[in-house]
Order: sequence, then structure tokens, then C-alpha cells
Amino acid sequence: MCRLALKTAREPFSPYEVLTAMEAMKEGYDGSGLGLLLRGMEFEDFKYNPRFPILSGIAHTEKAWYRMTDYMEEMEYELKYDHRFAMQPGLIDSTDRYRYFMRAYRMPVEFRDESDEMRETELLRARLALRKLSTVEDQLTIFSFYPDVAMIKEVGWPMQIGDTLCLHDGQLKSRICMAQGRQNTNYGINLYACHPFFIQGISTMTNGENTAFVPIRDWLLGKNFAGYTGYQSDSEVFTHILHYTLKQLKLPLQAYKHIITPLSNTELAKHPQGEFLAGLRQVCKRLIIDGPNAVIGTLPDETSLLVMDQKKLRPAMVGGRDGVWGIASEMCGVQAMIPDRDTSLDFQPMREHTVIIPPHRKELEIWSQYDPFPLALAA
Amino acid sequence: MVSVRSVSVGPSSLTSTDLPWIIEHREDRCTLCGNCTAVCPKGAIRLSHMRQRLPKLDVFSKQRGSDYRTFTGIRQETDPAKLCIGCGMCAMVCPNEAITPRPGTNENRTLFFENRKGEPMKRGGRRNATGPTLLDRIIFHRISMLTDPALDAGRHEFTTTTTLGRILSPEEFLKRTVSGGWIPPTREVFPFIIGSMSFGALSPNMWLGLLQGVAYCNEVLGLPVVMCTGEGGCPPWVLRSPYLKYIVLQIASGYFGWDEIIRAIPEMQCLPAAIEVKYGQGAKPGDGGLLMWHKVSKLIARLRGVPEGVDLPSPPVHQTLYSIEESVMKMLQTLSMAFEHKVPVYPKISASTSAKSVLNNLVRNPYAAGLMIDGIDGGTGAAYNVSMDATGHPVASCVRDCYLDLAKQGKQNEIPIFAAGGIGKNGNVAQNGMAMIMLGASGVHIGKFIMQAAAGCLGNEKNRCNVCNLGICPKGITSQNPKLYRRLDPDKVAERVSEVFMSINTEVKKIMAPLGRSQSLPIGMSDAIGIADQAAADRLHIQYIC
Repeated sequence: MCRLALKTAREPFSPYEVLTAMEAMKEGYDGSGLGLLLRGMEFEDFKYNPRFPILSGIAHTEKAWYRMTDYMEEMEYELKYDHRFAMQPGLIDSTDRYRYFMRAYRMPVEFRDESDEMRETELLRARLALRKLSTVEDQLTIFSFYPDVAMIKEVGWPMQIGDTLCLHDGQLKSRICMAQGRQNTNYGINLYACHPFFIQGISTMTNGENTAFVPIRDWLLGKNFAGYTGYQSDSEVFTHILHYTLKQLKLPLQAYKHIITPLSNTELAKHPQGEFLAGLRQVCKRLIIDGPNAVIGTLPDETSLLVMDQKKLRPAMVGGRDGVWGIASEMCGVQAMIPDRDTSLDFQPMREHTVIIPPHRKELEIWSQYDPFPLALAA
Repeated sequence: MVSVRSVSVGPSSLTSTDLPWIIEHREDRCTLCGNCTAVCPKGAIRLSHMRQRLPKLDVFSKQRGSDYRTFTGIRQETDPAKLCIGCGMCAMVCPNEAITPRPGTNENRTLFFENRKGEPMKRGGRRNATGPTLLDRIIFHRISMLTDPALDAGRHEFTTTTTLGRILSPEEFLKRTVSGGWIPPTREVFPFIIGSMSFGALSPNMWLGLLQGVAYCNEVLGLPVVMCTGEGGCPPWVLRSPYLKYIVLQIASGYFGWDEIIRAIPEMQCLPAAIEVKYGQGAKPGDGGLLMWHKVSKLIARLRGVPEGVDLPSPPVHQTLYSIEESVMKMLQTLSMAFEHKVPVYPKISASTSAKSVLNNLVRNPYAAGLMIDGIDGGTGAAYNVSMDATGHPVASCVRDCYLDLAKQGKQNEIPIFAAGGIGKNGNVAQNGMAMIMLGASGVHIGKFIMQAAAGCLGNEKNRCNVCNLGICPKGITSQNPKLYRRLDPDKVAERVSEVFMSINTEVKKIMAPLGRSQSLPIGMSDAIGIADQAAADRLHIQYIC
């Protein structure tokens, strides 16, 4: 089973701290991969403007690397910063890694005054176009292309990957770091298949297995939204459902839980907005996950969240103090990330809970599905 | 020497070994009580006088002679009109196990005489195709042993209901919620629905038993089972009762029973579960239903507004309307309006290559609440043999094509697809139904299975019984003759109905639990099924496993 760790803090920190949490939870998984998502970026050698989209990924060959840089130039993306990892190869098995990259761009001039929505659409288009540039011989893996977010994925044990990319030396820092250990389990091994998954700034990772994957995937694919693609892993749909909830349906974050694990009829009968929620359950029935999953995610505004499946068949807990919080699939993971936390604030959500860590990071919001739903139209 | 002309042998004369069923009678056990001949619906056996020679031997007088005794015994008729249908009622009533029908293993020569009086063979029942069906061969295999723990069917909570009624897209639902628009009505029902068997086709006792059983399932067991009336109306007291909410009213091309329904609308205590508009049925696509005169009793004649004792064939399509598209559009809108847009209205069509086109029209019809697709393996109370055995289209590939077509548009289950025809044909009802659900159906209709399981219908796929059309049903299930239908106790039928649905519910959970599904029915979960037949796997887009 996958192990998950998320740390969010007002002061940027090194991703290595989260890797120590993965090390603490090492017993639970087989070290077949690591995925990292960094948000709220800080570079040691560059004063980063958080409006610049960062392109992160791997060029597996020199040819693929040039293909990518040429394409970006052609599209008139202006390169502002090219982060060079101080590599220490030989610690991991993978050999076809010509270059890891994390490059900040200024968007083409025509997007300068466009709405955020237009800019996001363009960033998604560019990311998908880059993914398509990849060929069998000259592979290119693109993880994310979005302001203030970077991603790293690699096969191997978390600490080894951290050492390979020299993540310990403070070259990279972020205010949020998500890590997941393990490749996907039931489909073919593929770098994309390692969590977290990402679409337009929204990212989630999951432990467990998504039983309802095929019907949900089929439905999302039918939506004909450009970003709903890939699906090398059964868990990618969780990210897309969150994206669909927030960006397409424009519902508040609390709706996510009502969509993936709706309340039963008897529970809804007692709920103040039972009628609306029963309707929502019906129209979103195809997005019900059957678990077992704990879903941990972050949003572009630096909100972090944790929700459980309906039967709560997967562990996850949250702990921390004013300014710094950690979510992990095991208690030892939280302990490793925030040893000096106030343990009285530790919380293990039950099936009805959504744990929300708002951008101010003062305290947790524990929202229950039985609580009134925060939306005017539901009243 | 007897002249040939004096022997009563004609072109269609048969002997008992030519028959599909041969009565085996044991003279030594028979007490001549007459129960068997009284109960036989076909008059296939008769008491007859027979003479037996008793050899008389007197060793001392060196004389030989014969004595004769005359006695009464059982003989089988060989007239094709009185053929034994193998129902076995004689064996059921015999106190001494002295009589039973055995299947004739020789060539069944009666096949050549099934057109007497120039009329081709008609029968009730289902396609006589034996052996495992395609649905029987599908197995559930997605049991993850890696990270996904199997659930406990007995301990965990399961949602085993499905939605009957149109489901809006999430975007449209939110838009209409904000603007106060019309949200189409839906029902959460148990996915196994008692299929359309009309009040004319079934006996009053059978119908009452089903209704009682369905009410018990809903009100006591908490299983939202619904039943469909079929064309032919609904008893007036039911229309005015609170049980109407468990009933799907059917309207078909004969409009039988609709006067009664329309008249009852102002007095209805509740709304019906749904309205099904029948355009075709699986075992005779493009052909109408058939209620033969034997069954048009006084009550049926009154309900349908026809004279007593006349054949009632329903025309195949709505003759009042110009085309099928127009017909579907108008019927759905009119009926939806009649019930103030609070009742789901959906069409029933035969499985056919054009089912996808009908479905795609429904997607754009705001009043369409679903689509019911009936395949060739469906049963019928009366049809020509050739329609039942050889006309139609199997349901599995048709439903699968329709589902995949909707999936391509991101609209799967917006129009829920219901499937019928051969579900539970060999008794594997939950397995067959769940296989259909994983192929993309939202639920299934079961008719013949319910008759067999809840009322002891004797018909099988080897041409046993199948006299539903003649009104002589030996169990009283499909007869309008009080002498026959009094054989069936409605309370016992109700008890069996509830037992059947309780066990289906358990089996559904037993199928869902190892897949890890509990919160919703695995509609379209095609990664969970496989078949050891490459061609079928390719056709259905499921896994080939062997």
C-alpha cells in the first residue's frame, strides 16, 4: 500500500523533510517509486516571481530535450530560469535520464492581460502538447506546467531519489510538499502513474486502490475535456474529480466529499439540505469512489485537504501547530515531519470528515458531511 | 387377414414412442383414484377399459385354455391435439408414484404435425435453446489481492439500488437548481424488476400474489422492488390503492386497459413507479403481443374494453402515429404530462441493430426516462413458435453497444438502460443480472424466472409445458379459469416472491463484495468481468480469460 506525506508551512522548507517522513513509514511499502509535488516555490539562486509557470519533467535523451526547448521557443515562451539539479547518479536504477528540468517561463505576450482562466487553458494545452512530443525512442516526461508548482517523479526508494537529486542542500524549497511512495499497483509501470497527479494547479495523491476506476474513467473521458486524459493509474481520477468539482461545476471544496462518498438516504433525510444533496448524489453517481482510499491534496491557493473513503478502510492522520501542519498515512510520518507539534491537535478523520488546512495555516478546519453545506443554492 | 382400410391409421397417426413425452404408468401401483386424469391440463391420459388374457393351465386335464379379465387402466392419447406436455402434474398428484412422464428419446415426430388446421404452432414460454447462455459464461474476476481488501457481504453496508428515471448532467442539474427548473423524476429501485406480464396473461391469483410479495419486499424488507403490469391494464382497486407506487404501468399499441387507468388518475392515492411504453418485445420484434381468446374472460374483457372470448393481438407499432421517432416523442411527452411530469416515462424496444439510434434520440428527448431493451430470450405468454425460437437479437451485445455509445458521449446512465430477455434462464438470476449490469445495464427485468421461482411454473427450455397461451396452465399461473387458478395460493406466491428477492439481494452483495464495491451498483464496471471465449470478449469489449 502506498505511503503518503504532506507538509504545509508558512516558511518554505526543504523537500528532504518530507522524505524523512517517507523513510519513517518505509516498512509499509516496497520502494518502487516516489512522487513529489512542491508548491510555493523558493530557489536558492533565483528570485522567483510566482506568476511564472514552471515546467517540470524529465528529458530522457538529448534529442528529446532539444525538441522540448525548441517547442517552447516556438510558442514564444520566454525562459526566465532553468534550475540545474546537482545530480549524483548511480544511486537509482534508472539510466535513461538525460536531464531533470524545472524551468520558469514568462508566458507569451498575448497572454499577459488575459484572464486566469485563459492562462490556465493555455498552460494545460502546452503541457499536453509537450506530452505528445514524446516518442518511443526519444522520451519526454512532462509532470506539470503551472505557476508556483513543480513535480518530481522517479523509480526507487525516496531517500535514494532525494540524494540523487541532491534535494538536501537547500537549492529548492517550498511551502507545501506532497510525497507519495510507490508506483501504481494494478496497471503497467509508468512514471506518470506515480502519484501525485496534477491538473491546472489541483493535485491529489491516494493510498489504496480505486475499485470504481473503469466506470469513472469512461465517464470523465466522455466529458471531452482536454486534461481528462492519461489514466495510467487508477488513482488519477481522484484529481480529475476534484478538478471537475471545483472548476467545471464551480462548487465549494466541501462538495468533493459529497460527490465521491455521498451520504445514504437515511442520513440525507436528516440533513438540512438533504434534498439538494440527494440530487447531487444522483447526478454525480458515476463519480462515487468505492475506496479504499484516503485522498490528500492541495489547491492553487495553498489549501490542503484530506478525505477518507466511505468505509474508512485506509489510515491517514493530521497533526501540527500554528503555521505548520503535516498529513500522513501513518502517525510516524507526521511525527517525523513535525516532531515539536501540539499532539493534542492530532486528528484522525472519520468517514464523514474533510480536513481542510486553509492557506493561513493557523488551525485546521474539520468539516463534517452532516454539517450544512456551504452553498446558497443548496439552502 | 384384415384389410388395410379397416385399420385406423392416418397420415398423422402416431404411436406413443413418437411423442415428445411418454407416460410411464405402473399398473401394479395404481389404485385408479383418477387424480392424474382429472389434473391433466391437456387430457393426455385417459382411463380406459382394457382386457387381459389370463392363461389357464390345468396340468392334469392336459387341456389348455384362456381366461380373460377386464379392468380399468391408464392410457396415453396419441392425438397431436392432446399431446402430453411433460408438465408432470400427474406425478405430483399421484398418491402411489404410479405415473410420470418421461422425455421421449426417439425422434419427436409430432414436430411434423404442428400445423394442424393450417395454423402454425403457437405456444407460451421462452426460446427453446438449452445449455449455458452467454450470460451464464461470464464470470466476475476483478478481485484485487494486492491493496484492495474484499468487503464482507454480510457485515458491510451495501447500496444495491439503481436509478429509474432520467439523470441530468451535473452541470444541468446545478443550473436548474439555481433557476428553479424542472428536475426529471427518478426512483431508487431494486435493479431486478418483475418484468411486464399482463393482467390478462397472468391469473388473478398470480397477479395478487406478485403484488402482495412486492409490497412485502418494500414495506417490510426495505427492498424497493417494483413490478411492471404489461399491456392490459391494472385491476381498478390497485389503481386506487397505495400499492400503485410499486407498479410500472405499461401502455402498448393495443392501448388495452388504458381507459381504466385514465379514469382512475383523479382518484389515485399515489403515483405509479413509472410508465413503460412498449414498442417491441424481444421474442417477436416488430410483431405484436397476443392474448388468445381462451384467456379473454369477463374481467379481462371489461378491463380491456373488448368483447369476451376474442383473440387480442396487439398491433406491433402505434398505428396512430406516423413514425417511430414521432411516436416516441409524442407518447413520452403526453404521458409525462398526464402525470404532471412527476412519473418517469420510458420506451421498451426489442434488441435490434437500431436500438442505438433510438437511444441517441432519447438522449435529446427531455421526457425520456430510460430505455428498456428486450432480447430474444425473453418469454412471452403466447407467440408463434417461429417468432419465439428464431426471431430476435440477443440482449447482451445490444446493451453493451448502447452503453459504450453513451459512454463515448459522457452520458452513460443519463438515460438508464434496462435489459430483459433470458436473465435467469438457467436459474442463475443474480449472476446473469449482475453480468448485464457490468456490461452497462442499470437494471434488469425478470419474468419467466419469477414465474418459475415464485409460482412453480413448470416450463423449461426443452419444450416442457409451454401452454400459457391456452389458458390451461396446470399450476394456475396463466389461466383465467377459476377452476385452474384456484390451485394457486396468492399468499404462498407472495411468500416466495419475498424469498426470491431476499436471496437475490444477498447474491448481489456476494458478487459486489469481492470487487470492493459497496456504495453504488457496478454499472459498466467491465474490468470486473471476463469470458473464456475470445470472440465474445472482443465483441463485448471485456477481458478474455481462460
